[in-house]
Amino acid sequence: MIKVENITKHFGEDEILKGISTTFERGKTNLIIGRSGSGKTVMLKCLVGLFLPNSGEIFFEDKALGEMNNEEQRILREETGMLFQGGALFDSMNIEDNVMFPLRMFSDKSRPELLARVNEVLKRVDLENVNKKFPSEISGGMKKRVSIARAIVNKPKYLFCDEPNSGLDPKTATLIDNLIQDITKENNITTVVVTHDMNSVMEIGEKIVFLKNGKLVWQGTKQEIFKTNNEDVTDFVYSSDLFKKIRNIQIEEN
Amino acid sequence: MKYLRDIGSYFLMLKKVFSSPTKRSVMRELIFKEIDDLIIRSLGIVAFISFFIGGVIAIQTALNLDNPLIPKTLIGFATRQSMILEFAPTFMSIILAGRAGSFITSTIGSMRVTEQIDALEVIGVNSLNYLVFPKIIAMLFFPFIIVISMFLGMLGGYLAGVYGGFSTSADFIAGLQNTFYPFHLVYAFFKTFLFAFLLATVPSWHGFYMKGGSLEVGKASTKAFVWTSILIILTNYIVTQLLLSQ
Ligand SMILES: Nc1ncnc2c1ncn2[C@@H]1O[C@H](COP(=O)(O)OP(=O)(O)OP(=O)(O)O)[C@@H](O)[C@H]1O
Ligand SMILES: [Mg+2]
Repeated sequence: MIKVENITKHFGEDEILKGISTTFERGKTNLIIGRSGSGKTVMLKCLVGLFLPNSGEIFFEDKALGEMNNEEQRILREETGMLFQGGALFDSMNIEDNVMFPLRMFSDKSRPELLARVNEVLKRVDLENVNKKFPSEISGGMKKRVSIARAIVNKPKYLFCDEPNSGLDPKTATLIDNLIQDITKENNITTVVVTHDMNSVMEIGEKIVFLKNGKLVWQGTKQEIFKTNNEDVTDFVYSSDLFKKIRNIQIEEN
Repeated sequence: MKYLRDIGSYFLMLKKVFSSPTKRSVMRELIFKEIDDLIIRSLGIVAFISFFIGGVIAIQTALNLDNPLIPKTLIGFATRQSMILEFAPTFMSIILAGRAGSFITSTIGSMRVTEQIDALEVIGVNSLNYLVFPKIIAMLFFPFIIVISMFLGMLGGYLAGVYGGFSTSADFIAGLQNTFYPFHLVYAFFKTFLFAFLLATVPSWHGFYMKGGSLEVGKASTKAFVWTSILIILTNYIVTQLLLSQ
């Protein structure tokens, strides 16, 4: 479980996060949603420690991030996996070495032993026979899967995903969403996914946090998101034409 | 103000480069890779330029020697002195600032842009140590490049001087051996080490702290080249002032 208490973050004059408090639960896919520029990525980067919040505190199982010593922080890193918006695979390494990288950093096992684990996770994300390819030689969807494989290879307790399905066709996007949810359940991970895709919300939104201009304006489940009267949220939910049409039909039927 | 902040951030970077080291076995691989990228792959251009520059120095010295009182051995002497004191250490460092320096900035810069550096940090790697430390170690081999440059420069001078009919073989070799101060080599290699350190770290700083997208990577590389050259030239001046002038 991750608890966020009143965090703020500014860059120079701009206040990007304006006091956000919420919790992300273990074994669930927690979603951070909101329009482009609302501060989702900044919030995620605060959670993984890439940005230091200007005030507020983040707790990992009741242990404050700001109070951890170096060793505790190192352990937390080892327990954290992250999928970046653009994949962030290492260009200079092939797929196998990319996925093996976090293992090599933390374990003294021999290469064949590590390779067994690498192949296991590559299989889990449905990627076989690409071990020797380089990131530039595989498709966008495959890159996302390799990134997921790299993020989970160390059996993390916390998994962070920044727009895991942006730029993918709807079918592949759903596959990736489901993959993330399945992995979360299988390993009882605390997963936080940033997205602005309503399909993902419908697919995997167990807990949803809605950000607007750096403020948390609503939180709840995917069942609740269709019942809320919060205008910002309904605006966002029905921003796609498809949803609007469906909603209009429902209104007509009533 | 901005320059002061940049200088501060450069020294803070150096401090982080030498803290929380990356795992030994991984670091060893990285160092070998950097030696290949920065040293081995620079040998071709360095050899080519040194050889011909040596030749040109010999020819120009010979053409300017119209006073019969000046001994012909000056051709070999001038070639040796120019190569050892300036052309090999300083000139080659500037060439490397273009070749190795912009390579360093663009690879680190594109890792920054594509969030690969963030990925390293999240995995728990000290990205500065991981990226910059192996480059500094690899550049410890830079003096070998300079030795090769000195040798090929003198060889080029010899060939151009003797086969171009400007000097006899005996005169040229006598010139090469004329009044040699070992301290000049100390001076040359001392500054080579300083340049090597600048070559590894200044372009790294430009790549690591760049902001923006792939367009800015190109701009950062150009900037890195300019600043590395400026710092090499300034360092050269200061070292020369301190070590050679009495
Ligand atoms: N490193 C930074 N320095 C300065 N400003 C930043 C930085 N990172 C983000 N911002 C600013 O913070 C705001 C929120 O950015 P953020 O990347 O969190 O948006 P987002 O919600 O993830 O949007 P998107 O859906 O487009 O990815 C933006 O206005 C952005 O300009
Ligand atoms: Mg974002």
